[in-house]
Amino acid sequence: MHISEGALSPAVLSAGYALTAAATFISLRKINYARLTTTAVLASVFFVGSLVHVPLGPGSVHLILNGLLGLFLGWAVFPSLLVALLLQAILFQFGGIAVLGVNTFDMAFPALVCHYAFRSMLGKNNMLRVAGAFGCGALSVAGAAFCTALALGFTDEGFRASAKIIFMAHIPIMILEGVIAALTVSFIAKSRPELLQFTEE
Amino acid sequence: MEDRFQNPPLLCGLDPRTLLLAATGAAVCFSLVHDMGMACACLVLALILVVVRKPPLIPLLKRLAIANFFILFLWATVPLTMPGESLAGLGPCSISREGVALALSVTVKCNAILLCVLVLTADLDLPLIGYALEQLRVPVKLVFLFLFTCRYIHVIGDEWQKLQTSARLRGFLPRTSLHTYRTVGNMLGLTVINSIDRSKRIYEAMLLRGFKESFHTVTELKATRIDFVFSFFFFFILVTLLAGDIYLRFHNAG
Repeated sequence: MHISEGALSPAVLSAGYALTAAATFISLRKINYARLTTTAVLASVFFVGSLVHVPLGPGSVHLILNGLLGLFLGWAVFPSLLVALLLQAILFQFGGIAVLGVNTFDMAFPALVCHYAFRSMLGKNNMLRVAGAFGCGALSVAGAAFCTALALGFTDEGFRASAKIIFMAHIPIMILEGVIAALTVSFIAKSRPELLQFTEE
Repeated sequence: MEDRFQNPPLLCGLDPRTLLLAATGAAVCFSLVHDMGMACACLVLALILVVVRKPPLIPLLKRLAIANFFILFLWATVPLTMPGESLAGLGPCSISREGVALALSVTVKCNAILLCVLVLTADLDLPLIGYALEQLRVPVKLVFLFLFTCRYIHVIGDEWQKLQTSARLRGFLPRTSLHTYRTVGNMLGLTVINSIDRSKRIYEAMLLRGFKESFHTVTELKATRIDFVFSFFFFFILVTLLAGDIYLRFHNAG
C-alpha cells in the first residue's frame, strides 16, 4: 500500500528522501547503460505487474513484485522503483511527489536485502530454488509492509494501531507473492536457467 | 492511461520546468504545514488554482477518489484506535477527538497537494516531463531510465494483454487456486524473459545507431517573463504559508 501525501511528518519524509537518494546515487554509479536498458524494461514490467489483479479468497489483490524485481536487478532496484513509483504518482495519483522517497525506500530496501540473502539459492537444486524464490517474494513484501508501518508509526502515536493493521493485512499478500515468485522463478529455471546465475556485481 | 485534461488551460503558456518546480514546491510545502488553519489555507490555494485552470470536473474527481482510498482507511482506523478525549461511543470503541483531528488534517493536506499537482502538471506529457527533468539537472541516467520506462510500459502492457487473451481463449478462469497462480507465474516468467531479451536487443540497436552514452533532446524549453512572474508569486505564497505555520506553532506553544 502506498502512503498518500500529507500523512507523514517532515522528519520521516526527509529521512526517506535522504536514504533513497543515497542508494540511488550508489546504484547509478554501479550500473552501465547496457544494464540501464534492462533496468528500464523491468521497471515497466513492475509497473504493468502492479496493475494485474490476482484472485485471493473472496476479493482480489494486485501484485507488488518488488521481490522479483530486486532479485533480477540488485542495487538497480532503487532507481527502477523510484521511476516506476514516480510514474504511478503522475499517472494515477498513487503515492505522491513528497512521499516518493519514503515509498521508494519502503519497497526497494527489503528487495535489495532479499536479493543478497536469496540469490545464491537460486542456482542450486529445485527444492532450494523454490524455497529461495518464495522467501524472496514473501519477505520483500513483509519488509515493505514493515517499513510502511514504521514510517507511519514514527510520524504520530495515533497511527500506531493503523500501522499494525496495515502489516497484518499484508500477511496473506506475502504468502501469495511468495507463491507467485516461486512459480515464476521455476518457470524461468525451466526455460532460461542462465538468467538465474547472478555472478555480476 | 494518459487521458490528461484536454482543453487549453490558462497556465499552458508556462515552461514545463516552472510547472514541475511549482508542483514539487507545493507538495513539499503543504506536507510541512502542521496547523489545521494553515492546511485549510493550502486547500484554498489549490482550489483557486482549480478555478483558474478549469479542468473537467468528473475526471478530476475520479482521480481524487482513487487517491483517497488510503485516507478512507485512515478514517476507518485512526479515530477508533487513537487514545484521547472521547467524542462519541460506538459500541465498545470510542471515537477520539485527537484521532478525528489527525485524520482530518491528513485529508485536507493530501487533497490540497493532489489538486495542486494535478492542476499544475495535467497538460504535461511524459516525454516532456523527462526533458524538463533533464534540464533541471536530474542525473542523466535517471532521466534515461524515466524516458525508457515510459516508452516500454505500453509495449510490456500489450505483451501482457496478449498473454492474457491467449490464456482466456484456452478457457483460463482466474480463481483462488494453485492452477491460477501457476498460470500467472508462468505468464510473468515469460514476460520477464522476453523483457530481458528485448532490453538486450534495444541496447544493441542503440549501439548500432551510434549511441555514445549521452542523450540529445530536440525539444527546446524556454522560460519567459511570465514564468518568472508566476514562480515569484507562487513561491512567495508558499513561503508565506510556511512562515505563518511556523509563527502559529510558536504562538500556540508559547
